[in-house]
Amino acid sequence: MSTVKLTIDNRKIEVEAGTTILEAAKKNGIKIPTLCAWTEIGHTPGACRVCMTEVEGQKSLIAACVFPVSEGMVVHTNTEKVRQARKMVVELLLANHPQECNFCVRNGNCELQKVAEFVGLREVRFDYTQFPKEGMIDRSSPSIVRDNRKCIECHRCVAVCENIQTVNVLTPAHRGSDVKVVPAFDLPLIESNCVACGQCILACPVGALYEKDDVDAVWKVLQDPQKHVVVQEAPAIRAALGEEFGLPAGTLVTGKMIAALRRLGFAKVFDTNFTADLTIIEEGNELLKRVKEGGKLPMITSCSPGWIKFCEHFYPELLGHLSTCKSPQQMFGALAKTYYAETAGIDPQDIVSISIMPCTAKKFEAQRPEMASSGFRDVDYVLTTRELARMIKEAGIDFLNLPDEEYDAPMGEYTGAATIFGATGGVMEAALRTVYAVVTGENLPSLDITPVRGLEGVKEATVKVGALGDVKVAVAHGLGNARKIMDKIRDGSADYAFIEIMCCPGGCIAGGGEPIPTNNEMRALRSAALYRDDGKVQKFRQSHENPSITKIYDKFLKEPLGHKSHQLLHTKYKKRGTELPQGKD
Amino acid sequence: MKAEDSELLKEFTTEQVAKLDEIIKKHKSKPGGLIPVLEEAQIALEYLPISVQKKIAAGLNLPLSRVYGVVTFYSFFTMTPRGKHTVRVCLGTACYVRGGKAIADTLKKEFGIEEGETTPDRMFTLETVRCLGACGLGPVIVVDEEVHGRVKPSKVKEILAQYT
Repeated sequence: MSTVKLTIDNRKIEVEAGTTILEAAKKNGIKIPTLCAWTEIGHTPGACRVCMTEVEGQKSLIAACVFPVSEGMVVHTNTEKVRQARKMVVELLLANHPQECNFCVRNGNCELQKVAEFVGLREVRFDYTQFPKEGMIDRSSPSIVRDNRKCIECHRCVAVCENIQTVNVLTPAHRGSDVKVVPAFDLPLIESNCVACGQCILACPVGALYEKDDVDAVWKVLQDPQKHVVVQEAPAIRAALGEEFGLPAGTLVTGKMIAALRRLGFAKVFDTNFTADLTIIEEGNELLKRVKEGGKLPMITSCSPGWIKFCEHFYPELLGHLSTCKSPQQMFGALAKTYYAETAGIDPQDIVSISIMPCTAKKFEAQRPEMASSGFRDVDYVLTTRELARMIKEAGIDFLNLPDEEYDAPMGEYTGAATIFGATGGVMEAALRTVYAVVTGENLPSLDITPVRGLEGVKEATVKVGALGDVKVAVAHGLGNARKIMDKIRDGSADYAFIEIMCCPGGCIAGGGEPIPTNNEMRALRSAALYRDDGKVQKFRQSHENPSITKIYDKFLKEPLGHKSHQLLHTKYKKRGTELPQGKD
Repeated sequence: MKAEDSELLKEFTTEQVAKLDEIIKKHKSKPGGLIPVLEEAQIALEYLPISVQKKIAAGLNLPLSRVYGVVTFYSFFTMTPRGKHTVRVCLGTACYVRGGKAIADTLKKEFGIEEGETTPDRMFTLETVRCLGACGLGPVIVVDEEVHGRVKPSKVKEILAQYT
């Protein structure tokens, strides 16, 4: 590896050749502001012009994000010329940006605000443009709202949709001052192939992309004395919610989260992890059945609704590989209005089922017409981690000083196997633990299946499972990685028995509904929190050991893949077609 | 003719659709084929509506968003039909001070359309340009390839009559 010596702000530094000025400065603790560059998603377009620096020997100012360092280069990031230029760039961006900061969803967590502060802007000398809302706000999706008025044309959303998720819904269209980020033909998002993953929201530096806000609807049902409102939370929430209240990333806040939900007025605080354990029993048995009876293999997990919609659009002929299991969210919803209603003696008509999810696609999933197997909607409203944090703040709850509280019965007990569903590889690990035990009657020699953990895009493992012999499995997260595996199935070269696919890079802990920022550092810290919950906190680490799961089969479901399971816990998929192909020009 | 071409055949002839197939086939395996395909397709089909862009995206295995982004970026491409004749009126400085604006207004009134639009009978598309380098002849209009200089509003009808 060759290196380059250069000087930034009178400091002599040495970095790898090919590094940009921006990265070189960052690695050495010198902050250069930027609004568009994000190397994790392969995006350095040099578009925002905020990262201006002065390089000795260069006639004009240099955009640090696209300019590679060279031997002996002398860079200044804080000269009068640089400061004036940056200020002007930000001033012009703001002159073309609605002044709605006070009530913008990103108020206080907006990169444009931060950059305006960084450059010391105190005044915008230009008349503000008027920003008519007509035709500029797209509320068609149940998951994502696009407000083109606030877009600063950084095109990070386009990059993440194209480079990471390979869904290619968003594009810059038109020209000059008419440029707009839109789906093809300026169609509303709902008419595009958008899978609702919300990675674009995490990429957006401002409030041009955000979750469809269901907070008010949930407040309303919480105020209604006729309604019995129950709530479930995905595992990824407990590993990230604390960040919204200033706790370090990776802090587990399970107990405080439960306490906060009680104070918000939920009648019962249950856990999606309970139905994650149930998913493992159903899905594990489905896998064994397919293996024994020569059913379609490899079988692929079906927990991630963005992944499901992606498969429906782009690999419709392979839908038979998907497990028929509903996601834990939907299983929970169906059971809340049947099993729980019966147990508690409450008319299911009066039960409102709310879920807290790290995911924007879950809002779409909850609205799928078939997700009403009890005769009522499985899940009535889905809130993201960010929306829950807003509710807690709106209610004036002192989150940091809440006591740790416990889940309610009968749908609150969970194992470590369930909690790792939130990280890529977790469902696979949980399934293998139980499948091994069912087949061999013994526990895996080690319950930690490390080859399926971590942020590698596609992971493989082979586990010897008694009489079944070697079981080869694969795990992919992020739809670009999912595509690699799906193409292998398509061409017949996938020799796996079981595959886990999660829509979002890193799994649910980096879902489109999680706190902003979400980046690789956050992914690692939040995942570690869930593996801690599994390895250190939970008493049981295998789904079949969960006493509440044993109980629900005894009292209600009777047997895995039985009649009631089929009615309530399994589902069908829909061919949506591939009208938008995906290659590169 | 394939079933998926039915949408195309509402607007184009079977010969045009066959030509489109041929254009796509020619550039299919080469990288960077999108712009040449769009260019040739527009010449063959006159404009690039959604149905044509869908066919091109499918043929080149490209996202529809990419095709749409390119079509809307370049002013050469159009998604609406063009007239048999293109009338360009110069609004460069010299033509403007010699009454180019009045000529543009007369044309708009005569056609009943705005700049960039096409008459309902698809005879004329009206465009404005900034300087054609014929300032001495201002105000100037260009119909297809023919330049008309020293145009007066009263002469506009007469000039157009040559093309109908």
